Amino acid sequence: MMKCKSFLTSSVGQKFLVAITGLGLSGFVLAHMLGNLLMFVGADAYNLYGHKLTSTPLIYVAEVGLIAFFLTHLGLTLKLTRENRTARPLTPEQLPSNPVKKASFASRSMALSGLMVFTFVILHLVTFKFGTYYETEVDGVKMRDLYRLVAEWFQKEWYAGFYLVCMVILFTHLSHGFSAAFQSLGLQSVHNRNIKRLGWAFAVIVGGGFFIQPLYMYLWGAP
Amino acid sequence: MKLHLKIWRQKGPKETGAFKDYTVDNASEHMSFLEMLDFLNTSLVQKGEEAVQFDHDCREGICGSCSLMINGNPHGPETGTATCQLHMRKFNDGDTIVIEPFRAKAFPILRDLCVDRTAFDRIMAAGGFCSINTGNAPEANSILIGKETAEKAMDSAACIGCGACVAACKNASAMLFVSAKVSQMALLPQGDPERGKRVRGMVAQMDQEMFGSCSNTGACEAACPKEIKLENIARLNREMLRATFVE
Repeated sequence: MMKCKSFLTSSVGQKFLVAITGLGLSGFVLAHMLGNLLMFVGADAYNLYGHKLTSTPLIYVAEVGLIAFFLTHLGLTLKLTRENRTARPLTPEQLPSNPVKKASFASRSMALSGLMVFTFVILHLVTFKFGTYYETEVDGVKMRDLYRLVAEWFQKEWYAGFYLVCMVILFTHLSHGFSAAFQSLGLQSVHNRNIKRLGWAFAVIVGGGFFIQPLYMYLWGAP
Repeated sequence: MKLHLKIWRQKGPKETGAFKDYTVDNASEHMSFLEMLDFLNTSLVQKGEEAVQFDHDCREGICGSCSLMINGNPHGPETGTATCQLHMRKFNDGDTIVIEPFRAKAFPILRDLCVDRTAFDRIMAAGGFCSINTGNAPEANSILIGKETAEKAMDSAACIGCGACVAACKNASAMLFVSAKVSQMALLPQGDPERGKRVRGMVAQMDQEMFGSCSNTGACEAACPKEIKLENIARLNREMLRATFVE
């Protein structure tokens, strides 16, 4: 018990939790992206999927879990980032130098890209989950017409553009985060070639999958 | 060759430091970086000015005493070498070179370019050793260790504890250093009896010294003069898990 407590209060243990929750959230975005692909099948398929997903009571368990993962990931990274800033104070006299030996852009800007993703998620929930409630009927069952709402939003150039930018940021976050989690969990080095490839492939699939959706809706989603 | 140097000068740990410009006129391209600083210091002393203080000892890349951020790079732009192994032929005539101390909360500046790296010693004292009495050297083949494992342990043991990993890291994390020191013993049977105690002690001391946590960026690996690999950090994390849940 004591050992467990000292593990979870150590920097290594906290990064372990960040990695676990990060991988959990990665699983969620992948599932979300795959589910959303149903919009290419048609409005009914998309709405039916949304209806089935929200009408099972398990959704509340999943939502609570998801919020817990999200808050743990966010809270711990905020705490660690703050500690990291104190560990390396940047003096104003320090000249902006241009080192040759440096890490990738994605890995250096995880805190920033993470905060941007967080802001996006809040806006995203307001726009869609808590957005206008249209109703439709599929096979005699009344359900929410989420497809119409999505199509409406992505018809707006500024919103589709904003969404695409956010997906690029999500891609950046995942391109480092997914493979880095393996190192924090003690499984493999983040520089292991296969892990790096896996991380990139994951980021490309999720980021790319989300990227084509607003484009499709903008071009062909008009009623 | 003629060089323009911007060097961090600071009178003491509590004083405010600042960059000062110097020009070295007749540096030779055959000089090592530290010899070039010696050359500058000679001219400063002759003029009655204070010499620039910097850490150095063996000057052959094995002691881990030299440091310096050169143009924003720990140990200069060359990879796999310490500052003492960097030569002026890697620079061009007329170059401006920015020279700073390693910067981290856990490495307070003592004077000019000298930093206090005793935090590393305290981490080592918290478990980075074998305390079992091994007696005389055993017969060479009585403990069999695979070639690959022996090589890995040797690669980890190559760490000279200079602190370049801390200086390179945006979080001033000491994970590469600690992981190399944990790995060199975790890989070998001699280190096995104290494996869990060692890693817990060293990580606790590392956190207490106010080093940051690891963001897995890999800046440390790029800066390491001994090319210590990031896989050591994965091993350290694994060792911590093992020490917590298996032992």
